[in-house]
Amino acid sequence: MAGMSLFRDDGVVLRTQKLGEADRIITLLTRQHGRVRAVARGVRRTKSKFGARLEPFSHVDVQFFSRGEELVGRHLALCTQVETITPYGGRIVDDYGRYTAATAMLETAERFTENEGEPAVQQYLLLIGALRTLATGEHDSPLVLDAFLLRSLSVNGYAPSFGDCAKCGIPGPNRFFSVQTGGALCPDCRVPGSVVPSPETLVLLGALLSGDWETADATEPRHAREGSGLVAAYVQWHLERGLRSLRYVDR
Amino acid sequence: MYEGVVQDLIDELGRLPGVGPKSAQRIAFHILQSDPVDVRRLAHALNEVKEKVRFCVVCGNVSESERCRVCLDPRRDPAVICVVEEPKDVVAVERTREFRGRYHVLGGAISPIEGVGPDDLRIRELMTRLADGVVTELILATDPNLEGEATATYLARLLKPMGLRVTRLASGLPVGGDLEYADEVTLGRAFEGRRLLDV
Ligand SMILES: [Zn+2]
Ligand SMILES: [Zn+2]
Repeated sequence: MAGMSLFRDDGVVLRTQKLGEADRIITLLTRQHGRVRAVARGVRRTKSKFGARLEPFSHVDVQFFSRGEELVGRHLALCTQVETITPYGGRIVDDYGRYTAATAMLETAERFTENEGEPAVQQYLLLIGALRTLATGEHDSPLVLDAFLLRSLSVNGYAPSFGDCAKCGIPGPNRFFSVQTGGALCPDCRVPGSVVPSPETLVLLGALLSGDWETADATEPRHAREGSGLVAAYVQWHLERGLRSLRYVDR
Repeated sequence: MYEGVVQDLIDELGRLPGVGPKSAQRIAFHILQSDPVDVRRLAHALNEVKEKVRFCVVCGNVSESERCRVCLDPRRDPAVICVVEEPKDVVAVERTREFRGRYHVLGGAISPIEGVGPDDLRIRELMTRLADGVVTELILATDPNLEGEATATYLARLLKPMGLRVTRLASGLPVGGDLEYADEVTLGRAFEGRRLLDV
């Protein structure tokens, strides 16, 4: 038949939904094709060839069969072969804090890649990196999540500033902070509703955005908590509908 | 589209889980061609189940009285509780005839992405049941998927300070299958859960 094509890509399983009696629709964030939804036939049967490979958090190498010339088209593609690269799920569900943080990451990655089939390689690399870090347990889960959220905002064009004034650019540290205005603000640029976080919190958020784990790991819990609050407000402001899973994060 | 009541029936059937538009149509026509007595029996069963069946006040299982049969049965060991997600899981465990304790039905599993957190499950009721010290062992029999595992992890952490014996059902290879066909995730789990052969 004309127009059928095979694709191969690797990706992280973001979500699975039941379809019919034994199938599932798998949503993946792939390296080359951005977000992709595909059908895994028979995956819910115990004797399925896919087994447990297509569970959320799994990093997999997938072969897709598409009825068109594109991977994302009028019909959902089929997953025909799946190989595990890294099954992050096992390490993640062993710890409830990790699980809730990782779930919020998947939802964030899904929401920042609304246009299926459009490459989102930076978002993909961020997700892989964050899952890997989370699975090692090297850093506190809420910090790994906040770093992921900040960098996701950044690669999608919403980079907040935690040092220089977001309006006039005067070098930091700056005392005021406004989610709506893009982050730190100097006294001249402050807008109504600006908050005054503790200076340590802004240092932490800057460190999370730049990947300075030494500074981030040394932060006191109360500043980490304040930082999480600001990050959550920032993400919710930029994503039209809020993130559902964020309120369940175990901090 | 069909006319009036036939389409109504197809629509209603189509709202059932796992029933697509085609199956709904097939079932509707099966009902149309069935003996009126059979259809009346089906309608009666549907009505009865909504009128008579409620949820056991102790364990949350389906029941025709305030307490379910298992909770009322004095031969069942009150010191052991098997925690499951849904009433259908009680049926599945009962079929094994291995378990002589009682149950606790959570009403689902923790799934933040679907908006289901610990407070949406019958976890507070479980903690209340543990308060009098009769229960000494809990078997966490939530589903062997991510949400079920995460729910078990959450419960294990919550229960830890109470000093109970908490076990999780083993997960691994399907009995009767071949090792070479197992996927690496399942096989990995089976390795983690391996047991000592004491011969
Ligand atoms: Zn300024
Ligand atoms: Zn009961």
